[in-house]
Amino acid sequence: MLTACHECDLLQHLPRLSGRGSLKCRRCGALLYKHRENSLEITLALSLAAMILFVLANAFPFLSFQLQGQLRETTLITGILELYREGLPGLSLLVFLTTIAVPFLQIAGMLYILLPLKFGKKAPEMMRVFRGIRSLQPWSMMEVFMIGILVSLVKLMKMAKIIPGIAIFAFLMLIFVQAAAASALDPHIVWEKWEKKL
Amino acid sequence: MTSAFPTAKDAGLLSCHNCHLLCRLPGGNHPGTVRCPRCGACLHLRKPASLSRTCALLIAAFILYIPANVLPITTVVTLGNAQSDTIMSGVIYFVRSGMWPIALVIFVASVLVPLLKLLILTYLIISVRRGSQKRRKDRTKLYRITEAVGRWSMVDIYVVTVLVALVHVGSLASIRAESGAVFFGAVVVITMFAAMSFDPRLIWDE
Repeated sequence: MLTACHECDLLQHLPRLSGRGSLKCRRCGALLYKHRENSLEITLALSLAAMILFVLANAFPFLSFQLQGQLRETTLITGILELYREGLPGLSLLVFLTTIAVPFLQIAGMLYILLPLKFGKKAPEMMRVFRGIRSLQPWSMMEVFMIGILVSLVKLMKMAKIIPGIAIFAFLMLIFVQAAAASALDPHIVWEKWEKKL
Repeated sequence: MTSAFPTAKDAGLLSCHNCHLLCRLPGGNHPGTVRCPRCGACLHLRKPASLSRTCALLIAAFILYIPANVLPITTVVTLGNAQSDTIMSGVIYFVRSGMWPIALVIFVASVLVPLLKLLILTYLIISVRRGSQKRRKDRTKLYRITEAVGRWSMVDIYVVTVLVALVHVGSLASIRAESGAVFFGAVVVITMFAAMSFDPRLIWDE
């Protein structure tokens, strides 16, 4: 198959991969193709798990803060609302988009495409949704948020008692499940399935 | 295609930036109006106005980088005492309390990465403008790194969010977010857009 490298535009023939392996551009070294086993099924399963974890992470207490008998319980959205209340709506929106809205849209979008595809059907506007998911990719920052949580916990440890809630464990698992789903997905399968008039 | 390294552009082809499908270059000169037959994305030979867009975003980011580092990002109020912290004073606090690894994480994510991103993108723009042919592979690698690490600068924004959410116990202690955090968030977002609008294929174009 003839292809052009997306980073240096070099035209080259991609050999058919048999089994595992990946193909890199012979001039600039960009990753051109990576083979994944059972891509569709694994991504679908992981996306379903991610959706459940997402609900848990948002519905249950995230962290609690105890100082001299006073307890403050927070959920994932508390900080976002607090930033908004303090008159920083832009920052509040940025955190909301990168930790809640974009991850949700990505998981929901994947399910919207993969569930029908699994049963040999094509969801309406499937290609537009898939394109949207791919362009949202850099804006999903749950793993960066997790590092932010760890740093704040270290900062507060001396000051007060911090009690982790169910949601923070769900959130932690969600990060791994989402990362696994992203790396299990072979986008070429989605494009090829769409091209073949199912 | 006599050159040892034929590009799609030379061959009158272009690859869709979204699904990498190889398409024939449309005859008429109407960039941005032709869509990919497979995924429906707009087809461009190169990202549109790549250099000027990246350049404009970079200038904005350089300007915002100053208030982001000078203005405080948080204020801690404990029993009537208010103390404001900038990004750097936060790093120094962790160094003083002997928490080196955390100090390093914050320093790398909030100070080093944004600055390196700005400098690398500036270097890439200048070298492409000059039509430099040196170390193309290394420059592509630099671009790849810039694109990958940018998101990690958000750590400090999230620290502020978590602190503001948790430390809110009446008059005992509370933490407020300050305007420095807004500028810093803007720097992160704008440099991410700057990296996205740069087209690495320009490095290889003759």
